[in-house]
Amino acid sequence: MASHTATVGHEQEATTEHSHGHVTNTGLSNEKLAMWVFLGSECLLFGALISSYFLYRGRSTTGPGPDDLFDIPFTSVSSFVLLMSSLTMVLALAAIQRADYRRLRIWLMATALLGATFIAGQVYEFTTFIREGLTIRTNLFGSSFFVLTGFHGVHVTLGIVMLLSLWNLSVRGRLTRERTEVVEIVGLYWHFVDVVWIVIFTVIYLIPT
Amino acid sequence: MSGAETHEAGEHGAHPTDAQYVRIAAILAVVTGIEVGLFYTSFAEVATNVVLLVLAGIKFAIVAAYFMHLKFDNKILRRLFVTGFVLACFCYFAYLLTLGVSV
Amino acid sequence: MTTVLEPTVGPVPPEADDPGLLRRPSDPRGVWSWITTVDHKRIGILYGVTAFVFFLLGGIEALLIRLQLAKPNGQVLSAEAYNQLFTMHGTTMVFLVIMPMSAAFFNYLVPLQIGARDVAFPRLNAFSYWLFLFGGLFLYSSFFLGGAPNGGWFGYAPNTSITFSPGHNIDFWIFGLQLLGIASTAGAVNLIVTMLNMRAPGMTLMRMPVFTWMTLVSSFLILFAMPIITVALFLLMFDRNFGANFFNPVAGGDPLLWQHLFWLFGHPEVYILILPAMGMVSEILPVFARKPLFGYPVIVFSGIAIGFMGWGVWVHHMFATGLGPVAISAFSISTMFIAVPTGVKIFNWVATIWRGSLRLNTPMLFAMGFIAMFTIGGLSGVTHAVSPHDRQQTDTYYVVAHFHYVLFGGALFGIMAGIYYWWPKIFGTLLDDRIGKWHFWIWLLGFNLTFAPMHLLGLQGMPRRIYTYDDSLGLKALNMVSTVGSFVIAVAVLIFMYNVWYSTKKRRVVASNDPWDGRTLEWTIPSPTPHYNFAEIPLVHSVDDFWHRKYTEDENGRPVRVESTDVAAALPPGDEPDAVGHSGYGGHGGGHEDPPGIHLPSPSYYPILAALSMPVMSYGLLYGRDSGQNYLVAVVGAVALFAALYAWGLEPSAEPAEPAEAEPAEVPAPVGAPAPEALDAGGAPVDGAPGGGAPVDGSGH
Repeated sequence: MASHTATVGHEQEATTEHSHGHVTNTGLSNEKLAMWVFLGSECLLFGALISSYFLYRGRSTTGPGPDDLFDIPFTSVSSFVLLMSSLTMVLALAAIQRADYRRLRIWLMATALLGATFIAGQVYEFTTFIREGLTIRTNLFGSSFFVLTGFHGVHVTLGIVMLLSLWNLSVRGRLTRERTEVVEIVGLYWHFVDVVWIVIFTVIYLIPT
Repeated sequence: MSGAETHEAGEHGAHPTDAQYVRIAAILAVVTGIEVGLFYTSFAEVATNVVLLVLAGIKFAIVAAYFMHLKFDNKILRRLFVTGFVLACFCYFAYLLTLGVSV
Repeated sequence: MTTVLEPTVGPVPPEADDPGLLRRPSDPRGVWSWITTVDHKRIGILYGVTAFVFFLLGGIEALLIRLQLAKPNGQVLSAEAYNQLFTMHGTTMVFLVIMPMSAAFFNYLVPLQIGARDVAFPRLNAFSYWLFLFGGLFLYSSFFLGGAPNGGWFGYAPNTSITFSPGHNIDFWIFGLQLLGIASTAGAVNLIVTMLNMRAPGMTLMRMPVFTWMTLVSSFLILFAMPIITVALFLLMFDRNFGANFFNPVAGGDPLLWQHLFWLFGHPEVYILILPAMGMVSEILPVFARKPLFGYPVIVFSGIAIGFMGWGVWVHHMFATGLGPVAISAFSISTMFIAVPTGVKIFNWVATIWRGSLRLNTPMLFAMGFIAMFTIGGLSGVTHAVSPHDRQQTDTYYVVAHFHYVLFGGALFGIMAGIYYWWPKIFGTLLDDRIGKWHFWIWLLGFNLTFAPMHLLGLQGMPRRIYTYDDSLGLKALNMVSTVGSFVIAVAVLIFMYNVWYSTKKRRVVASNDPWDGRTLEWTIPSPTPHYNFAEIPLVHSVDDFWHRKYTEDENGRPVRVESTDVAAALPPGDEPDAVGHSGYGGHGGGHEDPPGIHLPSPSYYPILAALSMPVMSYGLLYGRDSGQNYLVAVVGAVALFAALYAWGLEPSAEPAEPAEAEPAEVPAPVGAPAPEALDAGGAPVDGAPGGGAPVDGSGH
């Protein structure tokens, strides 16, 4: 699948991209357009979860609440980790655009590792909360917190799987510059997942009840 | 999708360079630091919340515009994403309001 | 883009030498070809047939409900059975009939109407269908596995929580709807990308047919509404399976959270249900009035307006929940406003018919019936918008009357019109018009007998969702009328099925390319559609491009057939129809070669395999709760899903072209379609020749 945006910096973004050799009406490839369409719907998904959390903020009748449990320094670090993974992701994309496949693999793996670190942080946080008496059943806070961050964590995990698959493809020599767009599309998903966390971190952790 | 912080990144034509991406990431890190710092202050709660939301919005916009390349892409993509985002905000704020949640 | 594009073969994708795990079937006929099909036309037919079967099931459920309500204190059904039947009737009709019927038309028609060869993601398209089928089967398996869902199609929590619904009924509902939701969302992404990206040269958005426009709006509604019910269902699932508290009043959970989330989905959902039928009617009226659609841009913009405004009215389903005067007033006003674009469309349709040269074939009758019945339903809807009125009407049969008038009188009438109208394009034969008229009039009579009395019953206080009513309430006469009406509908359905059999098996009238003298691109190609759709991608100059190629206007503004462009010239060169419009091109009688340079996506096993893993996961999650939170089966299903998706991702979307590309493989004679010499001069099969099975698409795919 040819992508005219593969040449570094010189072509206008408006050049037609191709899907399997066919010109499209918008000039965007089907796959890229599809990912953005999908991300539009994901806004509704995470919005519903975030709003449920908001609804139940401060309404738990029993059990520990966010003030009792949140470890802001810890979560700040893991938020920072996820944020930096967006950087490594975009560096991976830049690498494949230059046909620098070694760097591509380095940055893909770095992104996956940073994502895995974030997940490890989540797991640690979850197990700590559980030990301290908060489960999904305990109260409204437990239910809405675990479901919201759990959904996000699953999204991150799926992203890591995709990143590792790309790394694997590259190792086998099958991820060449012609397929830059695959990396771009996985990147879009990854950045979106990061952006959702930006919202969750602020709205759930930082904004006090 | 512009704030004082993004002027440094500037117009890049089709793609920012690696160095520029790192600079954008540094900006994001600084903003995160400010947010966390604000959490520990005891300024007026409403003001803090507003600032926190604004800062989160700026980070959101920076990642979308530069890392997700929305600033440089066909505007239909921006419209698609913004439509989903605005729709979500509208629907969810509206129902929270009907249930008496002060947002 | 104003140049004609040759449909060139794209560069061979670099992964082409890695054929993927499962070799694709090469035979274009037979069961495996249908199982692995990625052809949008076949997928459309699969959707249509499956949806029709569910329509019969949903209809039987309705008949049982009506039998129970025919007399006061009916003994036909227990309360529990009644709850299951009305829940499944609603769930079936919404999710397993109208949505997939619309999907059938989306799938079949959109690529044709925009001049494309297929949708953007053919395998994803197949996946959507199989997941729909398996989701429907999963839902219906509940009848044999402890009981069908019984919480209403709207599933209000905490009634549907584990405390008040301890069995598996609701779990079937939750997981079934999740599967269907994923199928629909994938379909929406597919169609949006197709319509935005794959239009023929010259086809700007404002030259697309109205049906395609309504598909675009509906697809956006699906895209944005489905995630909301997905979350609602997940929250309920977490409550039921893992003890979460989202809808647990003891812990402070709010039942209104469920209602908000459900209706935030549910209201756009009803526009998803009606807009496609509105699109179909907008196509049919101009053809049978021989006049252009009145106010094409206004109709398009009204559809878009309905799509937007539909997000601002959902609380009108919650007027009786005590939300307070501010919220209620706001949504009352917004609900009244949404009647405006709808009314605009109705006026435009009437103006299309006005002073047209009407041909009252069956599709036109159903389309006109749609306008009348939908308007009645819309009027009762306006009374609901007035919230003090709604306080009286809510939870009564008045509401049942309203939504059946808009969904049956509206969507189903429109879909029926579409079935009769596009049947020849899909199957290559015409449904008998005389039998069709019997169908229409008995259907119209039965429908009104069934649902008109419900307005009165509702205002007299008959509540919904209760399995009996007492003799002393004075409701029995109208209930009996309604029940009789429902059986009249059943007769009409049987007439329709007879028509299908009769027109396909007994008296096949073979259709030409353009039996109705249509206006849109699908009528430029043979009936039934060749598997590659267009031999040459058309170049479009205007709305109703085909019509303008056929006709100019005389000084009185009346259409005059352009001499040189008869139907034959609308076909690719080298082919002409015979005297009765028998299209020999790529349709019956095989042996025609594909035009050179056309490269179509190849069939694949992965869509059905991926789809199959999902009910496995669902059963695993459902029964996992029973066996002490043992979710092994669910995990197995998840692993299978991953494997299928992974292999799918690595499989190239099309096999590389044959080495001797100048001679594409000959299309073998299609199963069941008669060879040309087996048809007599009237296009009917000569004795002894196979008449073709239904649903045959006859073009070798």
